[in-house]
Amino acid sequence: MIEIRELSKIYGNIRAVDNISFRVEKGEVLGFLGPNGAGKSTTMKIVTCYIPPTSGTVEVGGKDIFTDPVGVREQIGYLPESAPSYPEMTVTEFLSFIAEVRGYTGAERTRRIDQITELTSLRDVQIQIIDTLSKGYRQRVCFAQALIHDPPVLILDEPTDGLDPNQKHEMREVIRRMSKEKTIILSTHILEEMEAVCGRAIIISRGRIVADGTPRQLAAMSKYHNAVTLKLRSAAKPALMKDLEKLKGVAEVAPLAGKKDAPTAFQIFAQKGKVILQEVTSFLEKKKISVEEVYLEHGRVDEVFREVTGG
Amino acid sequence: MKHAWPIIKRELMGYFRSPVAYVFIFIFLVSTSGTSWYLGNFYTSNEASLELFFFFHPWLYLFLIPAVGMRLWAEERRTGTMEILLTLPISSVTAVMSKFLAAWLFMGLSLLLTFPMILTANYLGDPDSGVMVTGYIGSFLMAGAYLAITSFTSSLTKNQVISFILSFMVCLILVMLGWGVLTRTLVEIFPVWLADLITQFSFTTHFNGLRRGIIDLRDVVYFASIIVVMLYANVLVLDNSRAK
Repeated sequence: MIEIRELSKIYGNIRAVDNISFRVEKGEVLGFLGPNGAGKSTTMKIVTCYIPPTSGTVEVGGKDIFTDPVGVREQIGYLPESAPSYPEMTVTEFLSFIAEVRGYTGAERTRRIDQITELTSLRDVQIQIIDTLSKGYRQRVCFAQALIHDPPVLILDEPTDGLDPNQKHEMREVIRRMSKEKTIILSTHILEEMEAVCGRAIIISRGRIVADGTPRQLAAMSKYHNAVTLKLRSAAKPALMKDLEKLKGVAEVAPLAGKKDAPTAFQIFAQKGKVILQEVTSFLEKKKISVEEVYLEHGRVDEVFREVTGG
Repeated sequence: MKHAWPIIKRELMGYFRSPVAYVFIFIFLVSTSGTSWYLGNFYTSNEASLELFFFFHPWLYLFLIPAVGMRLWAEERRTGTMEILLTLPISSVTAVMSKFLAAWLFMGLSLLLTFPMILTANYLGDPDSGVMVTGYIGSFLMAGAYLAITSFTSSLTKNQVISFILSFMVCLILVMLGWGVLTRTLVEIFPVWLADLITQFSFTTHFNGLRRGIIDLRDVVYFASIIVVMLYANVLVLDNSRAK
């Protein structure tokens, strides 16, 4: 649905986007992650034909941003980062304006505005002037604007920015519900959000793609992947840690609580691609060491994020 | 251009959503009639025509039109709505044209509201209505040229004050070039053909015929080409500032 090919954007001597290529298919929710200034917004602005790239191109639904920018824009609903809207208009007036420019008139326009107002929970404020609304509502007004033409592609630049936890949850629900029939790219730096709504994530740093995969795959890149956390009933003997380190597949043992040489809890890291849980538990059983808690780590995306973005 | 109408409508309504429209129309009416009555001595001129009324328009537009147009693009830039507007399925040309047309229509409306001047002239004597209509058309055309310049300067900045000052300066030069005092000086300094050429670029020169009821195609072409060139420059600025 969206095909980005060798995209670069150079501002002066800064490479904001540096030779990025990827595809997003229908039904995919792609999370765009990266530190501030990594090039997320720039890439999104290029896809929506707001700014032209320095080189490379983008195709949306088979239409090219250079040869048919209007055709591209027709298919996209775009929520810019600052969620702008005309402050002197009421919510309904603003949505009506967007609907009309998108080519809807009369009953069709009214039906769409009604449906979107309901979907984005704007019913209570629909006759209010946008200027008088809180940040959370304004964010939703701009989101509603992006949905009015039921676009096959949604580009959302930090859609939950400025929302309270309830509104965030609501927004994610709406995105998740729409995800089957649409192609969605959303940028965020909230990692739990990515894990909650995105089927796939791309991490970019300094304009380059540094990781691309499902949230699980990204987590698996972490050194915490398959690590085992142990909590004992009594302090361990110093020899125990040495023994654990010798087990097959174990990379490192790190104390978490208690004295340094006689900890009550520690974490056992696995070598890359190895599963050590079985090994560890049978060893403990053999040694008759009583365990209070065993916990298997799946990996931590935040750690991977810091690792690949060099933070 | 089917997408243009909603934008024109939104812009035009926008003036009336805030006090801007009412304040502007009030000042427009007071200043246009005030100048012709008091500065132009309309009453004692013993002439039932609107020539004196139109005489001051190039000077008044100098302030009034940048005031209307300064926000056209500067405001879109400042609030970020430009990102919404220019990612809608419309071309930059449509966006620029629509916003310009809305502002121009608003000016046209303000101009129409000066109709009591026509009534007064008719009450006092027997004016030539053809001449009056030509004067109005000329004034409207000239307003379009001022507005196109303002729209262009407005696209250069997100600051409305800078936008106002820039368009004021450009329009001031275009008015001054044809101002009697200055043209006499020009003739003294430059050869006549050069002085003539310079005054040919002035609003005043081209408006003089129209306000007296003379439709010269060259004058119409002059104002139309200022509008076209300035709006084209406006489109280029919008496209290029985003490409940078």
